[in-house]
Amino acid sequence: MSKIFAQGLVCPLDKNNVDTDQIIPKQFLTSVSRDGFAEAMFFDWRYLADGSPNPEFVVNRPEYKGASILLTRANFGCGSSREHAPWAIKQYGFTVIIAESFADIFFNNSVNNAMLLIQLSKTNIDLLFNRCQQGPQQWQIDLASQEIMFGNNAAMGFNIDADIKQRLLSGLDFIGSSEQLNPQIADYEQSRKASQPWLG
Amino acid sequence: MAHDSSAKTLYQKIYASHVVGKLNPSTDLLYVDRHLIHEVTSPQAFSGLKLANRSVRRPDLTFATMDHNVSTQRRSIDAAGDTSRKQLEALAANCEENRIPLLDLTHPDQGIVHVIGPEQGLTQPGMIIVCGDSHTSTHGAFGALAFGIGTSEVEHVLATQTLPQQQAKTLKVEINGELSGHVTPKDVIMAVIGKLGTAGGNGYVAEFSGSAIRAMSMEGRMTLCNMSIEMGAKAGLIAPDQTTFDYIKGKAHAPKAEHWDAAVAYWQSLYSDADAVFDTVVEIDAAAITPQITWGTNPEQVMAVDQSVPSPDSFTDATKRDAAERALAYMGLEPGQKLTDCKVDVVFIGSCTNSRIEDLRAAASVVQGKKVAAGVRALVVPGSGVVKRQAEDEGLAVIFKDAGFEWREPGCSMCLGMNDDRVEAGQRCASTSNRNFEGRQGRGARTHLVSPAMAAAAAIAGKFVNIAAQTTVTAAGEQP
Repeated sequence: MSKIFAQGLVCPLDKNNVDTDQIIPKQFLTSVSRDGFAEAMFFDWRYLADGSPNPEFVVNRPEYKGASILLTRANFGCGSSREHAPWAIKQYGFTVIIAESFADIFFNNSVNNAMLLIQLSKTNIDLLFNRCQQGPQQWQIDLASQEIMFGNNAAMGFNIDADIKQRLLSGLDFIGSSEQLNPQIADYEQSRKASQPWLG
Repeated sequence: MAHDSSAKTLYQKIYASHVVGKLNPSTDLLYVDRHLIHEVTSPQAFSGLKLANRSVRRPDLTFATMDHNVSTQRRSIDAAGDTSRKQLEALAANCEENRIPLLDLTHPDQGIVHVIGPEQGLTQPGMIIVCGDSHTSTHGAFGALAFGIGTSEVEHVLATQTLPQQQAKTLKVEINGELSGHVTPKDVIMAVIGKLGTAGGNGYVAEFSGSAIRAMSMEGRMTLCNMSIEMGAKAGLIAPDQTTFDYIKGKAHAPKAEHWDAAVAYWQSLYSDADAVFDTVVEIDAAAITPQITWGTNPEQVMAVDQSVPSPDSFTDATKRDAAERALAYMGLEPGQKLTDCKVDVVFIGSCTNSRIEDLRAAASVVQGKKVAAGVRALVVPGSGVVKRQAEDEGLAVIFKDAGFEWREPGCSMCLGMNDDRVEAGQRCASTSNRNFEGRQGRGARTHLVSPAMAAAAAIAGKFVNIAAQTTVTAAGEQP
């Protein structure tokens, strides 16, 4: 197994507080499927009112076509709990998001879709944006050693929760691993019924 | 500093009482007492369940409603449009197949999930409550640990009635003193968000305490906890008290008579111990809070209604300055402008934040005997069938209709515009909802978050009004 979780082009989205209404607007939430959201990602920023691509929006710029690493700022994914947001981002092609911070629900949703979310200090995020200003960047993300590798032996380390790292590396089934505690769940239900019968 | 290490916060007590087992050193599996579902975030969870040959472990602890997509013009699944109808039908089919109780559009009590949970007595102190909706934090008003989850987690809860969790940090927001006239819980939470920022609560569960909270009704507490997600908190919490117990008593799913005393005795143990240590404490003087209004495109871009729109240059942080600049351009506002000089096109009174009976009473007391200003489109969307009937019985509906408001059927409506209730591009909306994000109420829509009384006053004046400075507001029940 390769120790490289992802490698590819970096798209710098220089914004704080990107909310999930921006990541995927409401009109796409009526679907009953998990697929087909790539075109909807950042819809109102990505397309002009007449439906044509907005050439100003960073994702649409030719030099960022095919990017798989999204670099952004603080509180990315705030707002609604819609998992359609990470679905859209992943289906577009991003598997790694690097930011100063993430909203909690968005973070969990992304991990549950096997995406790697890397949180770094503002100073380090500034350094990464500076790198992007020098021209399009191709980075490798080594999850095992917890490093973003810029090439030419330059790298930046990152922290990650040990449990999440393990899940991403092993691809463990989210529900399946909890089901291993089925006997404890049954025990809990019994004592719950006895001590708090009003709970149902 | 020595302190009793057994002292716990309310959050820590609820967390500890729900641990089923450990998944690894940092992650516990927690039991879920109530799982609320709706049409938008559940269909993919049910498909996933089916694909893996799993079943719903506790359909008796799962409750469904239709709210996000539904038409508020007509209580019919056909009125929602074709794709929405399919999603609503999928929910109905999934509930039927899995024996999950559903308040569908034919049920007289149908409504917004965070309005009906408490109304039906499903929400009780000490519970863990989850729902595929970020405003699940609302239920924290009852001293329940309640938080929004994504669809993969919905599937996990359907299958196991549990959820893997790690302990969050604890934040205490202590609000003491008395609120001045016309200052509502909505203004309080908006002021708190303005102070802490939209990410100020990230990683925390926030407990609201202090004399101003104790004085609040359950409706007010729900408004407060509802918007704790808008500062990034995982959940909002308020310790239960007699106000809480009185609200729950007699509700359809409240503890039955034979269990009532035991339930209350348990609920009375749900508070943060006096010597419990919070990771962060914030103190706020209730008397200093004035009516609030957002000027930008996220809830921390908020000010007192009598203040002027700030200049981007007043922000020292470069990204905040850029955000303010962009927000002002989107909102069509200039630095230094007074919003009380600003015309409104649309007024929306509703949403899981402000669609309960008390909200409608506050709005009606401003509206009574007056007319909606020419050129303003104004809607009242009650949060549930129960609220709607009560408002009609109390004569509030007539007040709204006589004034020129549209009186609608229950649903999420213009808070997020998933149905056909939208704000047009460039229109300015006084909204009692919770998010002023770009495009939230419709592409190009300009949302200003306010309290129900402020929204009602804006509808009458045709522009924003400082409700605290208004001397001619007619009190509820009085003849104009």
